[in-house]
Amino acid sequence: MSAETSVKTVTEHSPEEIERVKEWINTEEYKEINFAREALVINPAHACQPLGAQMVATAFEGSLPFVHGSQGCASYFRSTFSRHFREPSAATCDAMTEDGAVFGGQANLFEGLENAYSLYKPKMIPVYTTCMPEVIGDDLTAFIKNAKQKGHVPEDLPIPYANTPSFNGTHIHGYDSMLRSILTYLTEGQKIEGKCTGKLNLIPGFDGSTGNIREYKRILDLMEIPYTVLADTSDVFDSPCDGHYKLYPGGTKIEDAAESINGKVTMAMQKYSTVNTMKFIEETYSGEKVVMPMPFGIQKTDEFLMKLSELFGKPIPEQLKAERGRAVDAMTDAHQYLHGKKFAVAGDPDYLLGIVSFLLEMGAIPYHILCSRTTKKFEKEMKALLETSPFGAQGKIYINKDLWHMRSLLVTDPVDGIIGDTHAKWAARDAKIPLFRIGFPIIDRVNMHRTPVIGYGGAVSILSMIANKFLDIKDETCENQWFEMMR
Amino acid sequence: MAERKPIKGITKDRTEKLIQETLAEMPAKAQKKRAPHLGANEPSASPCAVKSNKKVVPGVMSQRGCAYAGAKGVVWGPIRDMVHVSHGPIGCGVYSWGTRRNLMQGIPGVTSFPMDFTSDFQERDIVYGGDKKLEKLLNEANELFPLAKGFSVLSECPVGLIGDDINAVTKRMEGELDKLVVPCNCEGFRGVSQSLGHHISNDSIRDHIIGRFEFPDAPGPYDVALIGDYNIGGDVWAAKPILEEIGLNVKSVWTGDGEVEKIGATHNVKLNLIHCYRSMNYMCKVMEEKWNIPWLEYNFFGPSKIEESLRNIAERFDDTIKANVEKVIAKYKPVMQAVIDEYKPRLDGKTAMLFVGGLRPRHTVGAYEDLGIQITGSGYEFAHQDDYDRTAPEMAKGTLIYDDVSEFELEKFVEEFKPDLVGSGIKEKYVFQKSGIPFRQMHSWDYSGPYHGYEGFKIFARDIDMAINSPTWKLVKSPF
Repeated sequence: MSAETSVKTVTEHSPEEIERVKEWINTEEYKEINFAREALVINPAHACQPLGAQMVATAFEGSLPFVHGSQGCASYFRSTFSRHFREPSAATCDAMTEDGAVFGGQANLFEGLENAYSLYKPKMIPVYTTCMPEVIGDDLTAFIKNAKQKGHVPEDLPIPYANTPSFNGTHIHGYDSMLRSILTYLTEGQKIEGKCTGKLNLIPGFDGSTGNIREYKRILDLMEIPYTVLADTSDVFDSPCDGHYKLYPGGTKIEDAAESINGKVTMAMQKYSTVNTMKFIEETYSGEKVVMPMPFGIQKTDEFLMKLSELFGKPIPEQLKAERGRAVDAMTDAHQYLHGKKFAVAGDPDYLLGIVSFLLEMGAIPYHILCSRTTKKFEKEMKALLETSPFGAQGKIYINKDLWHMRSLLVTDPVDGIIGDTHAKWAARDAKIPLFRIGFPIIDRVNMHRTPVIGYGGAVSILSMIANKFLDIKDETCENQWFEMMR
Repeated sequence: MAERKPIKGITKDRTEKLIQETLAEMPAKAQKKRAPHLGANEPSASPCAVKSNKKVVPGVMSQRGCAYAGAKGVVWGPIRDMVHVSHGPIGCGVYSWGTRRNLMQGIPGVTSFPMDFTSDFQERDIVYGGDKKLEKLLNEANELFPLAKGFSVLSECPVGLIGDDINAVTKRMEGELDKLVVPCNCEGFRGVSQSLGHHISNDSIRDHIIGRFEFPDAPGPYDVALIGDYNIGGDVWAAKPILEEIGLNVKSVWTGDGEVEKIGATHNVKLNLIHCYRSMNYMCKVMEEKWNIPWLEYNFFGPSKIEESLRNIAERFDDTIKANVEKVIAKYKPVMQAVIDEYKPRLDGKTAMLFVGGLRPRHTVGAYEDLGIQITGSGYEFAHQDDYDRTAPEMAKGTLIYDDVSEFELEKFVEEFKPDLVGSGIKEKYVFQKSGIPFRQMHSWDYSGPYHGYEGFKIFARDIDMAINSPTWKLVKSPF
């Protein structure tokens, strides 16, 4: 405080002034100022790279995620996963502090790896970085090599690493980098010309739904296609409560990941979160390589099953055909509750494409489509998707806009429903529009991650969630004379 | 204070043996570093034998956060009428958005700002610096949120590493916007835990806020401030009415549901009542030195501690307040007894272990004891020596004291002591629940609360009973 600063009296805003601003922030004028923002981001719908890296790092059997950098970051990632999945989320870090900023983080990494290895006996320690070592330029290739040479960890312990600076990309890019790094590490020297495991390598991408992963596996089992999920979060983030805590409750077997290079087919179920991984796989893996859209709704699920059938020469079993029929039955039965309804959708690129595709199938209108950090390429792909249906004609795409922008959209040009993660609840409340929670993270409702939103079953779940909520609202808000038994 | 009765089965020998066995599984260097942080309690020992506030041992899975977390999440975030800017890359602001439960009044986006404001650093900001962007975003925020009473700028790791000068920018912008613009150099790599973030934030308040405002009405003899209550789950709203009921005038709250100008006028109160000593003792000491304002610690968890604290507070005031305190205690006694009568029969003789943050490892002990639950182990994520000195007398002889306990250690301790409840954080919660051990989050009140004050004790008792006696635990073991 400078000496010349005068002392001011504590003031209160007048009720009129508060009322004026309260109304003003819902106006077109405010929306314009809001959209003119260039520097300030308010309520983003994305997180940082190392979070995504941790999702991959935790999804291999016996794998201990290891954060190279500040300890607070590690705690934030662990808390985020534990809040979303309501599950343990083990990860350790080398707790770099000021001296690390000056001397680099090698000493921390040595000690951290040594302690993590002897305390937690992991089969693999994937390392990923926070901002700090990225800014000071730590050389992880050298550090990890040195750690092994100096005997802090055994030479043969897999320690893949990924550079995951938070000032670049989002959590989906960290997912991509870490997966690429782990696969590069584990498959090195494993390729055998002419050998084929006959298996499908299925890459789910950054997916906060363990239900989705289980659904992929159920479908593959039904089709009798052998598979390796790269990487399988389902048993890690959806483990049984049986009286025994397991630090490593499951995940993709390291041998299976190593063998994946000799697979028959590698299929990515998300495009934007697997770009670099698929580039690596294109260059090195045997077999076919396919990138599929997430199987939201009927047609994308059809595409998925037909592709599997085509690639593996297996028929689509009657059971799945019946499931399709039941899902279509549910959709035709309930189409009237969604037809023509407008939606705002926010989330990660691959999820957005899937959700919009489903809405178009229902005759619903994807109206405000928002991704808070992505590329022109995504915008183009979304535009093309909207153009496939008359119901897409009103859809407007907002890239690199945040949930405060979305609030302005919702209050000036309202919709019937919002689809997004928990963070969208503030805008939803202000606009008095119901929020349907699909995405990551969901930290204010239980068990959402356990129910698949992909596949035929997923379509029924989403449809039921939305239609029944609309009917609840009608029952709760209609005047007496319009309240009736049937809906 | 009378020393607590020993807890059945808990002896110094057993505890020390457990510590030795746990340490034995660590590499030599880690053993040496961790050993001083673990001990068997000696209630009368001063200073407490356990070492604290040292660096995290790399690789051990500590539960600690960082200076930014202590600054943004703890001290600044709860001030409701300021825009708090997470300055740097996207993550820190997102992870700390709405995840501490420091509830606040107001109209979001109009008079209160429970939102995530960030400069979302990109590669070019790292290369060219973020000062210009900061200046621009402050202008934008001021335009979009005209009723904000000010801005705090909370540095994330890169800011301090690339040599930005947020202090110069905020100083300039304060003049330009004619509003508080407060820099807080709380990069996450600074210090050993959240604790330094608290201290840095206190210093920012000292340098930029306190003394710059005055209350419109004349100071009165009963003017107090609540310091270090962050309104988790509404705790302030349960504590403040008690103080008002005894006749005190709560002029400001630091910082739960806080208003920055009132915080800036706190140097006019007669007494500072401090709840979280760890995170705010610094400012109490500053106000004591500079403005001769005495301060007093209080604890409103459980009726025993509420009574003790109210009487301590009364000692600082005249007979009117003293009489009021006795009236209030008498009024709530039967209400609290009814709560105890309802829950204690199901909880008496149970044990619990705690591992939390700034004050709860000691402050909540009394509330558990009011329900008949004994605490067999307790420790802090980021405490200092003075916290442990205040803890030793609150715990029975031979109980476990652990500082910055790692997941590995806490698991071993719980396995041996087999408490009926573990009270800790989100990262620990599911580890213990998978083992079939009832758990309550003691940072966030597990999405419940308030736990503070008379109103809070009712909820605390209900929640602890619910956790320990939920029939769901009986289903954990499969019959086949």
